[in-house]
Amino acid sequence: MTALALAPGMSRMARAGIRVILLLAALIALVLLMPATEPFFHWLFPGLQQPVYSRASFLTLTLSHLGLVALSGAIVIAAGMAVAIAVTRPSGAAFAGIVDTITAVGQTFPPVAVLALAVPLLGFGAAPTIVALTAYGILPVIDSTVAGLRSVPPPAIDAARGMGFTRGERLLLVELPLAAPIILAGIRTTLAINIGTATIGSTVGALTLGSPIIEGLSGSNTAYVIQGAIVVALLAVTVDQAFAWLDLVLRRHRG
Amino acid sequence: MMEMTGSRPAIRLDPVTALLALAGLAAALLLPFLGLAPNRILSPQPYGIAAAIQPGWLTVMIAGFLLVVAGAVLAARRSDLLVLAGATVVLLAAFASAGDAATRLTAEAASPATRVSLGAAFWILFATSALAMVEALRRLGVGQLGRILYAAAIVAILALLASRGWFDDLSIIREWANRRDQFAAAVSTHLLLVVVSLAVSLAIGLPLGIWTALRARAAGPVFAMLNIIQTIPSIALFGLLIGPLTALSNALPALRTIGIGGIGFAPAVIALVLYGLLPIARNTQAGLLSVPASVTDAARGMGLTPRQVVTSVSLPLALPSLLAGLRIVTIQTIGMGVVAALIGAGGLGSFVFLGLGQTAIDLVLLGALSTIALALAADALLSALSLLATRRMHR
Repeated sequence: MTALALAPGMSRMARAGIRVILLLAALIALVLLMPATEPFFHWLFPGLQQPVYSRASFLTLTLSHLGLVALSGAIVIAAGMAVAIAVTRPSGAAFAGIVDTITAVGQTFPPVAVLALAVPLLGFGAAPTIVALTAYGILPVIDSTVAGLRSVPPPAIDAARGMGFTRGERLLLVELPLAAPIILAGIRTTLAINIGTATIGSTVGALTLGSPIIEGLSGSNTAYVIQGAIVVALLAVTVDQAFAWLDLVLRRHRG
Repeated sequence: MMEMTGSRPAIRLDPVTALLALAGLAAALLLPFLGLAPNRILSPQPYGIAAAIQPGWLTVMIAGFLLVVAGAVLAARRSDLLVLAGATVVLLAAFASAGDAATRLTAEAASPATRVSLGAAFWILFATSALAMVEALRRLGVGQLGRILYAAAIVAILALLASRGWFDDLSIIREWANRRDQFAAAVSTHLLLVVVSLAVSLAIGLPLGIWTALRARAAGPVFAMLNIIQTIPSIALFGLLIGPLTALSNALPALRTIGIGGIGFAPAVIALVLYGLLPIARNTQAGLLSVPASVTDAARGMGLTPRQVVTSVSLPLALPSLLAGLRIVTIQTIGMGVVAALIGAGGLGSFVFLGLGQTAIDLVLLGALSTIALALAADALLSALSLLATRRMHR
């Protein structure tokens, strides 16, 4: 990354893009080549019988982790944006105050507490994790979409109305594109939180990259902890940097 | 907002309150209000609200509900007051009747292991009536400070009931009573974890924020770095610190005697501080940059040194932004402190994870709900503080 910073000829966008590709390559290599790191971890922790986590492959763990985040992410983006669009229309404006209250109070709840509260309702497994990720993750998306739509300058909407755009066209072609960077920031926040909360999801029985961490912590196998932690940290940073790149792309297209 | 000038109809529907009332009613009719289990591990038998609580309490709740409905449909000038009163009655009656019913059901069961837990209908009635209250207060023009005070008054009433033993037979209170000392220790550990982390975050983040405000070129790399740290899941950062810290404490045994090692309090504080730096530094920088140049120029013209300008002019003006950052970090640290239990730092998280391990739901709830209460209390306190700071500034 320092080498990239020294390449002044490249645009910020190109550098961000290359950074994402490098992070992704590192992530894929680490996930696929984890079994090959056995000699290294054996050298680092000579006392351990099994220095590399093998109950499930890191590919399975990563895909399962990403699956939970992607499924809840898709629900959250669709539902969160729908709620935000509804309360910013004249017909739904009466609900804007209560939605503000819910998102403000909800975001003070610790994500782990929400995960724990889902267990009495749904038992153990992937279900409470998905519900917790959805219930918590929807709040930043609603917040940012409402903020984004409210930030659209009224003259832009008036101009679109003057050009004969219908309400739907105004929303799709004017309001949402102008609000996109702010909405994207909310989705980025949600995904960062959810990748983290999904990691803790392994304590309620979901198969995630947190599984080696939790198993390593309870069984005093520090090697497992490090393996899980490095992969999930790299995954989180890669997703975050992909959004940083996407943000630059969006801003450039807006000119 | 709801009032129309000119001819005012006698009836109008307030869709928000109506929806909340409908949700509360549906929950009360369809979902269990309480659950009765033979012991703390087995799942509870559901009890509907009519079967669970005394007819007297049911009448009080229905009266409160009718007040809310009246407020939702009448176009009277002060219909929001009806909603506020009705929702307050429903909320308090839900708590009081549940505590009362728990005592009665436990006595009837005649087994000391019997547990009476709060059901879905209770929680939905609690949430909908609280939301209706907040919405009514907002429409009545009560500001955030007033709303916080109202909530504090409700909490005080419930605390008074609790101190008189009203809720003693609810399962979560039983769980607490059985582990009273452990719980007190967990709360103080949790608070210590939060306070120490906040103090260190402030000690590093504040100068970092001042520095990045003064040197624009430093801001980019510093915030990029802090942003990457924020992105890393808390449990992963805890895990990544284990290796280096274990090695360090093995190399320098003196460190171990003061508690620095791979697991426990020290790595938890280090990770929480790393997470706390971004919001504090960022809000300090933003607050300082928002101070108008004319103000700092005037201060300099009066003969203040650059250092004095920052400490006695810019920083006080940046206080609201700083307090906002402190609020974010406090809430974040309280939440992440739960996860710290996984690396042996103790705190309320130890109840959550112990409960999950034993499938003892009351224990999970005790840990999770206390953490939420702690976060909400910190939020209310710091919001009130920052409102007061902003108000003082504009006076």
